[in-house]
Amino acid sequence: MSNELDYLSRRVAAGKLSRRDFLGRAAALGVAATVANSLLSNAVRAAGPVKGGTLKAGLQGGESTNSLDPATFLSQVPFAFGKCWGETLVELAPGGGVEYLIAEEIGSSDDAKTWTMKIRKGVQFHNGKEVTPDDVVATLKRHSDEKSKSGALGVLKSIDTIKADGGNVVVTLKDPNADMPYLMADYHLIIQPNGGMDKPDAGIGTGPYKVTTNQPGVKHGGERFANYWQADKYGHADQVEIVVVNDPTARMAALQGGQVNMINRVEPKIVDLVKRLPGVTIRAASGRGFYPFNMFCDTAPFDNNDLRMALKLAMDREEMLTKILRGYGEVGNDMPVNKAYPLFAGDFEQRKFDPEKAAAAYKKSGHSGSILLRTSDVAFPGAVDAAQLYQQSCAKAGIKIEIKREPGDGYWTEVWNKQPFSLSYWGGRPTQDQMYSTAYLSTADWNDTRWKRPDFDKMVLAARGELDEAKRKKIYRDMGEIMRDEGGLIVPFFNQFVDATGKGVEGWVDNPAQELSNGHALIECWLQA
Amino acid sequence: MSSPILRLVAQRVLLGLVLLLAVSVLIFAGTQILPGDVAQAILGQSATPEALANLREQLGLNDPAWLRYVHWLWGILHGDFGTAQSSGLDIATSIGTRLKNTLFLATCAAVVAVPLAIVLGLIAVRYRNGFVDKLISGLALASTSFPEFFIGYVLIFVFAVHWQIFPSISTVDDSTPFLERLQAVVLPATALTLVVLAHMMRMTRAAILNVMQSAYIETAELKGLKAFDIIRKHAFPNAIAPVVNVVMLNLAYLIVGVVVVEVIFVYPGMGQYLVDHVAKRDVPVVQAVGLIFAAVYITLNIVADIAAIVANPRLRHPK
Repeated sequence: MSNELDYLSRRVAAGKLSRRDFLGRAAALGVAATVANSLLSNAVRAAGPVKGGTLKAGLQGGESTNSLDPATFLSQVPFAFGKCWGETLVELAPGGGVEYLIAEEIGSSDDAKTWTMKIRKGVQFHNGKEVTPDDVVATLKRHSDEKSKSGALGVLKSIDTIKADGGNVVVTLKDPNADMPYLMADYHLIIQPNGGMDKPDAGIGTGPYKVTTNQPGVKHGGERFANYWQADKYGHADQVEIVVVNDPTARMAALQGGQVNMINRVEPKIVDLVKRLPGVTIRAASGRGFYPFNMFCDTAPFDNNDLRMALKLAMDREEMLTKILRGYGEVGNDMPVNKAYPLFAGDFEQRKFDPEKAAAAYKKSGHSGSILLRTSDVAFPGAVDAAQLYQQSCAKAGIKIEIKREPGDGYWTEVWNKQPFSLSYWGGRPTQDQMYSTAYLSTADWNDTRWKRPDFDKMVLAARGELDEAKRKKIYRDMGEIMRDEGGLIVPFFNQFVDATGKGVEGWVDNPAQELSNGHALIECWLQA
Repeated sequence: MSSPILRLVAQRVLLGLVLLLAVSVLIFAGTQILPGDVAQAILGQSATPEALANLREQLGLNDPAWLRYVHWLWGILHGDFGTAQSSGLDIATSIGTRLKNTLFLATCAAVVAVPLAIVLGLIAVRYRNGFVDKLISGLALASTSFPEFFIGYVLIFVFAVHWQIFPSISTVDDSTPFLERLQAVVLPATALTLVVLAHMMRMTRAAILNVMQSAYIETAELKGLKAFDIIRKHAFPNAIAPVVNVVMLNLAYLIVGVVVVEVIFVYPGMGQYLVDHVAKRDVPVVQAVGLIFAAVYITLNIVADIAAIVANPRLRHPK
């Protein structure tokens, strides 16, 4: 029987048998549909990508104010289109770690302060010129200049000097940083001819697709670049197209109607309805984004760790996950990092909902009266419901929560990072160091839990400069432990990126770094007839 | 054409121009009152005092407001709306494409909606208070009462997802051939038609019914004319003025108020363009779009006024 199935699946891969027929015959042979489906995708993958066709994506997150200048990238559409026409030095690989693109290898001095990046030879820009170390230097310099207003400015602030040296680019840092290669994976840092100094929005890069259409907020299109350097890996469709569809219902309709092959941001509340539709495949990838309840550790009553612990114990994470995200996420553990991060220790004890212990800790804290929690629709989808669920689970532990619903306009300027107890979201960062440095250093602008601990700061810096992975992992484990037991954030869950593809889209790889397979969906997928 | 009517028309047009000028002052003043200044908005968090000063100089923000207004107006009179701060694109070019799309969609919707509404109105009057009248009014009011997005979703579900005969995404650009363009706007134009139909239909019905009370209609009836002929030949011409007014109001809505439909059908028109730039505090674009919308409203209202004047026999044939 399995021989026959193998044969049939190869026929499908070769395009000689339709998918539906295959599933029908598999069923006739008494094979469950899920097994048959996985057999099929294995065969398809083994047969290799199919070249040709036009791959279309209908995406949320594009405005008519978008520009092709990578320094200005902020929303999802420029991000995803940037991955089509441009490339960075390195990328975040699906399994963690980095994938080398324009940089062939990256090495550091023993003190993790001087980094040498070997630039790959023979990589061509769309204008026919070959990438030189000078182009790389110019790119990095443009983005580290205050005037460029680049979104990567914060990441590059730690750079002291940038120099070309033969076939290499040498970067020195102000402080040791073992995560330097990850910084170069920032999606703004697309390598452009002469760094884009001449015309930042020219849209000329080294990616698998040349820009043919650029109508900001409407659509973007590209055609395959004939001289792309790794054509066997990326760039299978002849053309790619992104249509900006900001309305979630319209997006789903476009996918169902076959007008686009993939969409991003499927709403959790419709996923269960949508995944039964023929031809639609839900692509859910666990990510690094999370939705915290932030408490200010230096403001009464949250300056009392017993109260913070009581509030953490009173969170029913499982219920939150099922009701708010419909299961499309993972429960959190009151620290800002999870298993999607490199060097994450997997042996933390999971914090559970425990009303008795919560009540005991609450009593010990000596606090009385209600606690004001601020929330808003814009904090994250379902944030108001989440606050109400939390209010109920707190009530079981005898803790009284008062909810204040704030207007969406101004939430990020007036409430988040200003008020002592509020809901928020974090998109996550490629490394633990970046996450902790952005929000949990005493000096961080976005320290939204007012977590000011000199000993913790020292650990962050020590881990950053440590090149020995085992030692780093140990420091991160200790930091996670402290954060979980003493920190000011309650993390009910980490959310997943939920995208969907239509009929015949193959080659998708889940990537925790960002939605749409870290923006690679259009360049790594192909259309199977 | 005689002189009084010409004079009246000229007067209206002139008044319209004065009004437009007044609106331009209001728009300019309004955007000046907004908190923060443009240079600050462009530079954002990374604004250093020197950079701010340089940019203010470069943008001419140190000039007095009236001088900036004159410069701005002068540019617009020469077709120069300036460049968008957010994307650096020429505003006139971007608006040109968007405005064309918006007008195309509005025209398509109007070509269907206006005759349909008037004919339905006439039929409703003919069979007034009967079953047909109630059916027409009921359906039209129902379609207007549903929110636009709901009608849009229903159309998408039926025609784009279920039957797959029309696209749910109506993205068009300059290179789209006419027939494809027409196919693309079928669903959004239908949605818009359903939204504006009732208002015009009910107004037509009410205006004609009003006239139907007149003595000369009774005379026509006594002469033995057919009911429909009376409505068409005697009642309708005298009810044109209020009908034209409502039609123009709805046409203006079709041009300036369709952002929801644009979003649902992903149609690149003016509405979405304006909303995006308001969100980014891109003042030159907001000013330009505001002025164009004002011009559309004023023009259509002038047309309505003139149509009312022309339709009035006492003005057309002075003693």
